[in-house]
This record gives sequence, C-alpha cells and structure tokens, in this order.
Amino acid sequence: MDSMAVSKPENIPEAGGVEHFLVEGLHCPSCIREIEGTLQKNPHVRNARVNLTTGRLAVEWAGGNQKSAANNDEVIETLKNLGFKGHLFRDDPASAAGDREGRWLLICIGIAAFALMNIMLLSISDWAGTDMGTQTRGLFHWVSALIALPAAAIAGMPFYKSAWGALTSRNLNMDVPISLAVILSLVMSVIQTVTHGQNTYYDAAMMLLFFLLIGRFLDRKMRNHALATAHNLINYRPAKATIVTGNGRTEDCAIDLLDTDMVVRAAPGERIPVDGIVIHGTSEVDTSLVTGETLPVRVGEEDRVFTGTMNISSPLDIRVTALSGKTLLDEIIGLMETAEQGRAKYVRLADKAAHIYAPAVHILALATFLGWMIFSSVGWQQSLITAIAVLIITCPCALGLAVPVVQIVASSRLFKSGILVKAPDGLERLAEIDTIVFDKTGTLTLGQPEMANGDSIDPKALELAASLAKSSTHPLCRALIVACHERGIPTIATSAALREEPGMGLVATIDGQEVRLGNRDWCGVPAEVKDNNRYSELWLKVGEQDAILLTFQDRLRRDAEEVVSWFQSRGFDILLLSGDRPDVVTEVAAKLGITDYLASAKPQDKIRRLEELKAQGRKILMVGDGLNDAPALRAAYVSISPSTAADISQNAADFIFQSQNLDSIIRAYQVSKSSRRLVFTNFALAALYNMIAVPFAAAGYLTPLIAAIAMSSSSIVVTSNALRLNLTRLYSSREGADRS
Amino acid sequence: MTGLLFLIPAALFLGLIGLFAFLWSMKSGQYDDLDGASYRALFEEDEIEREGK
Repeated sequence: MDSMAVSKPENIPEAGGVEHFLVEGLHCPSCIREIEGTLQKNPHVRNARVNLTTGRLAVEWAGGNQKSAANNDEVIETLKNLGFKGHLFRDDPASAAGDREGRWLLICIGIAAFALMNIMLLSISDWAGTDMGTQTRGLFHWVSALIALPAAAIAGMPFYKSAWGALTSRNLNMDVPISLAVILSLVMSVIQTVTHGQNTYYDAAMMLLFFLLIGRFLDRKMRNHALATAHNLINYRPAKATIVTGNGRTEDCAIDLLDTDMVVRAAPGERIPVDGIVIHGTSEVDTSLVTGETLPVRVGEEDRVFTGTMNISSPLDIRVTALSGKTLLDEIIGLMETAEQGRAKYVRLADKAAHIYAPAVHILALATFLGWMIFSSVGWQQSLITAIAVLIITCPCALGLAVPVVQIVASSRLFKSGILVKAPDGLERLAEIDTIVFDKTGTLTLGQPEMANGDSIDPKALELAASLAKSSTHPLCRALIVACHERGIPTIATSAALREEPGMGLVATIDGQEVRLGNRDWCGVPAEVKDNNRYSELWLKVGEQDAILLTFQDRLRRDAEEVVSWFQSRGFDILLLSGDRPDVVTEVAAKLGITDYLASAKPQDKIRRLEELKAQGRKILMVGDGLNDAPALRAAYVSISPSTAADISQNAADFIFQSQNLDSIIRAYQVSKSSRRLVFTNFALAALYNMIAVPFAAAGYLTPLIAAIAMSSSSIVVTSNALRLNLTRLYSSREGADRS
Repeated sequence: MTGLLFLIPAALFLGLIGLFAFLWSMKSGQYDDLDGASYRALFEEDEIEREGK
C-alpha cells in the first residue's frame, strides 16, 4: 500500500552474511522448528535462527557474501509456503542505539550489584562489630573504597552524563541530586577513611546507584518496546508492485522505482500500491480504510483508485498517475505532521516531580550547612558532613523508582489483556481524558458486512445461494456463508459448472435451472425496484422466478453499546465522527445513544472538530482505525487503534488493542487511572519518608546503618505499592464474557 | 584476624566470578530471546539436524 518510508528498495550487499527478516504470525514453538528446519535445507543458508521475543528471523548465508535480493526473496517465499508473512527487516540506527544503551545499562547494573554485595559484606561486619579495632575498621574502609570508587565511576555514568547535560543547558533534572549525592557521599567517605573516621557511606552510594539503575533500565525497556513496535509496523509494508511491461509480461518492481504512466497490476485480495487510473478490468474496491465508507465500490476502466485501498474481486491494471510523495497517502501524512505540531508537548509526571524535588533538596542541604555553621561551633567540616548526610538521606531512590515500576507493571498487565502500549507516556495522558471521539467503520463496527435479513428468507433459498457463494472470496459471499452457519444451514459448494463475472456475480446451472447470485443488473432486477442506501445487497435469481433480495450491513462490535454507555454514565462526552453516509451514521448514533455526531467527514473535518474541542480545553481520546483517521489520531490528546487498523493509523496511535471487543478501551482507561493513582501514592510515600528522615539527618543523627535501612525500605515500599496494580479488577463486557 | 586476609580476597574473587559470568552471558546473547529458549529445550536436537541437512 505504500510508497513512503522505504529508502532502500533493493538490498545493497554489505560485508557480513547475515540478514534479518520480520515474521508475522509467530506464536508457537512448532513455528520456530518449522521455519528453522525448512530454511536449513536451503543450500544458500548456513544457519537460520528465530527470535520469538522480537519476532525476527536471522539468516546466515552460506559461503561468504551471498546477500542478494534473489536470496531474500527465496527466504520470504519459503516463509510464505509455511504460512508466515515475512518481510526484509531494515535496521534502524535509532533502535540499534537504543539496544546498545539497554545493554550498557545492564552492564552497569551488574557492576553495581557486584560492588554492592561485597561492600555490604564489609559494612555489616563494620556495623555489627562495635568492639572492632581501629585498624581492622580502617582495613574494611580501604577495601570498600577500592571496590566502590571504580564501580561508582562506571555504573554512575548514565546519571552523571544526564545531570551534566541538564546543567549545561541551565536546567535541573532528577539526575542532578542523584549525582551530587553519590559523588559527595563518596568524597566524604574517602575523607573519613583517610582520617580514620567512624562513618563511611560507600554502601549507601552503591545502593542508591543499584536501585536507580534498575528503575532506569525498566524505563528504557518500556521505551524500547514502544519504539520496536512502531518500527516493526513500518517494516510490514510491501515495497514492491507488479508492473505490466509493454509486451504484456509482468515483473516485480520496487515501489520507489515506479514512474508515472507505468502500468501496475493489482491482484484480487491485494492492496493497491499506487494512485492511478484503471485501464483494464472491472472489480470492486474496499475503500473503508481510506474513506470510512463501508460498501465496496465498483470500479471499471477510467475510474480513479487510491493507494491503500483493497482490490476485492478481479485483477486490475492501473496506470500510475501520482508518484510516491504525491499520493493521497502522502497528503494524509502531511496532515498528520501538521496535527503533530499542534499537539502540546506533554511533560511527564516524573519530570514534573523532579522540577519541584531537585531545588527543594538542594535548598534543604544548604540550609542545614548554614544552620550548623551559624548556630553551632562544630566547624565547617562537621557542618558539611551533616549537609551531605541530608543529600544522601533524601536520596531520590523512591522517587526514581516511583514512575517506572508502576509503568512496567501497568503495561505488562495491559499486554496480557491484549493491549499494546506504544507511547511511553500514553498511560499518563490516557488518565486525564474527558472526551472520547469514535470513528465508525472498523472501530464501533467490525468493518465486515453481516447479513441483515437472513431470518426473513426461506432457508432453501439461502442454501442454494450458499452453494454458489462458497466458491467466491467476495466479502458479501463470505458474510452469507457465515449467516448460514449461524442458522445451521448446510453450505456445500455446488458441483455444477460455475462462472464468476468480476464485479457482477456468479452463475451456475443447477438441476436444469439457471441460478444467478450477484448485483441487481446481473440478476435482471426490474428498474422500478428502489435503490437502497442503507444496505449492501446481493440478489438471488432462480430460473424465471422473481429475484430475492439479500441485504447486508456492517455489524456493530458486540459490546459497542455497553462500552459507550459505560463511559457516558461516568460523565464523558462521546462523539462520533465518520466518513460514511449520513443515514448510516445517524442510525448507528441513535442505536448507541450518541447525540453529537458528524457524517461524511473528511480527514480535515475530523481534525477541525478536534481542534474546536481542544480550544475548549477538552482532553480527547480518539479511537479510530482508517487512514482517514490517522491525522485525527495524531491531533488528539491520546489515541487508540484496533490491530485491524491501517498501518499508518497504528503508527499514529498510542495504544493498539487486539480483541474483537471494545471493552479493551475501558480496561486501558482503568489501568491508566489506577497507575496514575499509584504513582501519586508513591510520590506521597516518598515525601512522607523524607519528612521523617530529613529532620534526623539535619540534626546530625544519621548513621550509615540508618541510611542503608531507610534507602532499601523506601524502595521496597514503592515497588510493592506498584504491584498492587495487579490486584485491581478490570472491566470485561458481558457480551465478551459470553463469547470467550 | 589473619583469617580476614584470606576471606576478603576470597569473597571478592567469588563476586568477580559472578560478575564475569553475567557479562559473558550477556555478550553471548543469552538475554536476546527470552521467550524462545523455553521452547527450544523441548526440541530433539538430532531430529532438527536430520531434517535440516
């Protein structure tokens, strides 16, 4: 469907014989075996290995540099034969850098853990051995220093770098007090060690680093996951089109190499890869992703077709009119970018907390120092030590963990119920919404036709219709088969010779009678029968009898009504913005009790409505799936798409849900709401802890033992508070419960 | 107290072994595919070999 985002049409051979592929539909152990076993039979392949976590396949070519487009195609073909969809994976430098950073953090955690354990060993004997000799104590301190100093120099790097970056841009972030606490406590400990003092804080400094690195790692992991999801989506797009050359032969061509006036062939069941004009063939095209229109549109010669629409019944030859960069799709992407710029930058909760916390801590420490200097006679060294103790005890451990722990618990909880969190700050934004805007086709409805008048038709007629429909892939025929299954009517394909006329219908001679199934022209419906605007229709004509009308309509998701009323009863404003025809939209809105709706809306209209609402200070959740929704998904405060959505929309959305039911939206909202509550309780706990601990530290009562206990207990409290998220009961629609 | 002179280096040495084991396992990619590994344990290795070659 696509012409953008593909920078490298053919794979350029590089050094090193490994190529990566994305594999769709990987989920079970036997998939791994099948793929690896089959690929290893290929003489070009030395080794093939599937990574189930990332859904990627690494293929090592045999015999040096055999990376070539032909070999890649062969692998993709093999995957196709096994029933998987494979795509060449183009590595993205940004995500590779993310990977490296994640590994580096993991190494830092390893080093910090090693240092912490060994220093703890020494510190505990130090605290316990009150009768320990000065020299033994000194030895312990020196050994601790030997471990702590290099370890802190390496493992603290992520914090020092970020703090330095903030300071040089005249800013304060959470890493400034962290770095200061670590560095100052180490400096103070070294001074104590040299002067044979009592109290060293090597263990506190390492523990601080260890806990915070874990928080940092979780945060990074979540962000990487979101990035990788988005990146995988981009890679799923086809980069090739089938072109018809002058002598009538077909060949594959990369989309980037297409030119205007070339002729492209779109097979039935494929997405049309270009904007163009049909020069040969008649077919029906499903434009629902682009326009929101439910009914397939019939196209013939001289009709315009657009990138991303689905060709349904028969092959079409299309003359390319717009090149990549100028297609309808590109217009929509342009709109999306404008929408993106209009979106206010969201400041994450953790950063907001840091803006209050960092200055407060520094002022407290300074006040402690000045207080001791002015009101006592202990001298500047002792005053400084006390001030540093304040910095250590206010350790932002709990604060640093408060947000990431909650987020990781929340997103794994959502993942288990079929919701993917794509934007790292999506959960925070979702908790603030007050207005929900739905798209119709594919969002409130399933985007698939369902038989509307099945009950009023003679089962015999249905059975006959099904015997023809069985051999067609047309969506209405499939809906007819489903309707028969639901009513227990047998669907056996007729053994009589059958002919399908593209864009018209089917005909067969059964028991000496001609049976036709198709559109009204095909079945010779008299002109005086009125057109209907509400339903898709099929006609069945047996011999010379009157044709029977079979009507179909797009079905609402089973729990759409329930979900809409759930939100309405909680005071949310619900809007319906659809590109579909007014009478259909009105009917759906009435059924769901939505009073505010807009039909025949173009992408620009949807954005304009959202902008109006935003101007009123509303925070909008946009739920949509079509290409025509993509700009709106970007413009909204936060957005959700079903996994059946167009690629571009999935990319634009903050969340993706996989189920057939809409109750995922409620669950996502509930989780975001409770994680917000938990983040705030975590902040409150951290504040409470500081209120108790700081006076002790400022009064000079802090010992290394107290610091260690305070630090670890506050981290444990915060983490176990976050785990409470797993206890909240999530909404599940009644309909959904019946079905699954 | 002379025991300490053995015990502290011994503790450090054991800790270092753990650290290097961790770094090695990371470098050799053992954390790359956390989901697949649990299934791979169930495959008959020689069977894949036979099918493969």
